[in-house]
Amino acid sequence: MAAIFQGVGAAAALPSSPSYSFDSNKSVFSPRRSFSVRKGASFAVVRSDGTVNLNPKDRRAQLLISNAVATKADSAAASSSSKPGHELLLFEALLEGLEEEMERDPHVCVMGEDVGHYGGSYKVTKGLAKKFGDLRVLDTPIAENSFTGMGIGAAMTGLRPVVEGMNMGFLLLAFNQISNNCGMLHYTSGGQFTIPIVIRGPGGVGRQLGAEHSQRLESYFQSIPGIQMVACSTPYNAKGLMKAAIRSENPVILFEHVLLYNLKERIPDEDYICNLEEAEMVRPGEHVTILTYSRMRYHVMQAAKTLVNKGYDPEVIDIRSLKPFDLFTIGNSVKKTHRVLIVEECMRTGGIGASLTAAITENFNDYLDAPIMCLSSQDVPTPYAGTLEEVTVVQPAQIVTAVEQLCQ
Amino acid sequence: MALSYLRSSSSRSVNLLKPLSSSLPLRRPISTDTTPITVETSVPFTSHQCDAPSRSVETNPKELLTFFRDMALMRRMEIAADSLYKAKFIRGFCHLYDGQEAVAVGMEAAITKKDCIITAYRDHCTFIGRGGTLLEVFAELMGRQAGCSKGKGGSMHFYKKDSNFYGGHGIVGAQVPLGCGLAFAQKYSKDETVTFALYGDGAANQGQLFEALNISALWDLPAILVCENNHYGMGTAEWRAAKSPAYYKRGDYVPGLKVDGMDALAVKQACKFAKEHALKNGPIILEMDTYRYHGHSMSDPGSTYRTRDEISGVRQERDPIERIRKLILSHDLATEEELKDIEKEVRKEVDDTITQAKESPMPEPSKLFTNVYAKGLGVESFGADRKEVRATLP
Repeated sequence: MAAIFQGVGAAAALPSSPSYSFDSNKSVFSPRRSFSVRKGASFAVVRSDGTVNLNPKDRRAQLLISNAVATKADSAAASSSSKPGHELLLFEALLEGLEEEMERDPHVCVMGEDVGHYGGSYKVTKGLAKKFGDLRVLDTPIAENSFTGMGIGAAMTGLRPVVEGMNMGFLLLAFNQISNNCGMLHYTSGGQFTIPIVIRGPGGVGRQLGAEHSQRLESYFQSIPGIQMVACSTPYNAKGLMKAAIRSENPVILFEHVLLYNLKERIPDEDYICNLEEAEMVRPGEHVTILTYSRMRYHVMQAAKTLVNKGYDPEVIDIRSLKPFDLFTIGNSVKKTHRVLIVEECMRTGGIGASLTAAITENFNDYLDAPIMCLSSQDVPTPYAGTLEEVTVVQPAQIVTAVEQLCQ
Repeated sequence: MALSYLRSSSSRSVNLLKPLSSSLPLRRPISTDTTPITVETSVPFTSHQCDAPSRSVETNPKELLTFFRDMALMRRMEIAADSLYKAKFIRGFCHLYDGQEAVAVGMEAAITKKDCIITAYRDHCTFIGRGGTLLEVFAELMGRQAGCSKGKGGSMHFYKKDSNFYGGHGIVGAQVPLGCGLAFAQKYSKDETVTFALYGDGAANQGQLFEALNISALWDLPAILVCENNHYGMGTAEWRAAKSPAYYKRGDYVPGLKVDGMDALAVKQACKFAKEHALKNGPIILEMDTYRYHGHSMSDPGSTYRTRDEISGVRQERDPIERIRKLILSHDLATEEELKDIEKEVRKEVDDTITQAKESPMPEPSKLFTNVYAKGLGVESFGADRKEVRATLP
């Protein structure tokens, strides 16, 4: 599937990839992701960032890595024996991505509550205000509706704002702006305006944060035409997705998770981005395809350890792109394993899993040996009590049981 | 002034020829005549937290005739849209601007095309003011691909990026934060331009307006919030919707100016003043006291919440076109005949454009899926029947 062009690494085979803590010394290859065309390796820039084309001769474009799949340790590039890359936490990866993009393009600015002098409530924008000044890193009052609207208005003229919702749930106040103005303006203006805005923030169920601060907005936003949604889960893809989102001409909503900010990983030193529409193969397998994203990826990997001990071989895919779905990767996986389990943090009703189930059923029904199973959170407001909160969300034990049921 | 010109140019003309030639030299000079004329606005400005600009406005014959022609064009266009709607060529929502033309025309006279304007859904005339063509208007209203938004926007979504007209928004009040965002971008790129964010007296009660105003004042943005107060928010009169109908004072710490919105020259003066102010001191609110003759939209007769006497009273006393007409006639800039000719010419232009627009094609079915995303993704999209209508987004 992935066409590799530049030298190193095995060609065309799906590189296997262990978990996130792996030393991601990835070889430099840039597959051309395309649904309809699978041409041979071409030294093309990745699809999601048309703006990178600006400097085709730029040396940086050559080093651009768009494939998010970690390679095997032994097929690593001919680098030194000492570990290349640098280790950092997920929020630092986001910060690094943001900082690099702000340096690269003076049109990028950040808006949000407490992003400037405070450094960001999750430290994702730490130090930026001092470095870039008050006009590029803007502390807004607590007025989501209007500052999201202002970000969109600024984007209409060509600025590239990164709007932070302190918690994704607060963006419900800006729903009108996101739905009508952000998503639809490109269409209703007949293509006159593009809205290259990035809306990001932490969401998901945290540690006893209460119902209103544990919302999963991806299910509410998924119907809005014209936006793209991505969810990051590792420091590597967090930085890559952040950069790709900023470079994209379309409005992108980047979903982070409150509990994942302190994950540590080694990421490459060189400039790289992650394709916005591509899913990540976390663990190739044969028996069942497990589709997941964000925090549930870690629950799935934990369950995978148990499953491997029990003799199963699950294929784990982190779908990353919530809108549109990467039906190419998912489809290939379904064609191989014929069984699908979706593990998500959204609620059962109307969540990402529900849409994904529908999409897979329609497109790949012939390849399924069993009905698709979807494990989601319970359709309840997230309670405060720790024990209750645990039950709301999918736990590894449930995943193991589900796989055993599926594979009977 | 016109008379003296006549005397000098026709010094050798015979007395007999005078009445004939009196019309000819009069017409030619006016179109390029920029001799300043000073006119007093109808009422003085009322200000809040600032010094009101002077009542005397400088203008010239060329400008006055442009005002007349543009407003006549807008008026004719809106009335034609009314008939088209009743004949079911225009569907959905159609909000007409007749009566309020002076605001669009006066504003344009004070600014450049580099300044941004953003407004709500009563945008047909503002679009024309920004340089849009009649064909784009009628084609868009009728959903043809020759429309300004390729037929995909409709009456409430007119945009013209090259002259910085940012629409065209259906949700009441949502355009004001967008407008402040435009002002932010202008400040960011140090353009020395301003943004006029227009909204109505109904939208003045929206929370996001105050949020945006707060942020604009905090960050010193060159944003000018213009409240087009036509005294009715849909079917609700302003005294029933607003505890304090002094919209120009609602900024509190932000200065405000109340303007007679039916007087194009007063609007021009106020906008000039506001632009200077915004570039130096940050946001300012302008309240344009205006009136719409039609109802809120074509589905509203406009007479259930106000009397016909009121409407005809305003039409008689405050109509913006009549005002300019009287000015032109009193300064002897043109004769009644010539003004009537202009109106006839405008009417013909509108009728011809409508014929042209009626014959222009509808958008192709494949265009349903264009422009959903910029630089498309090859994403599949489904229609109502998920098994049948499928397309790959270009």
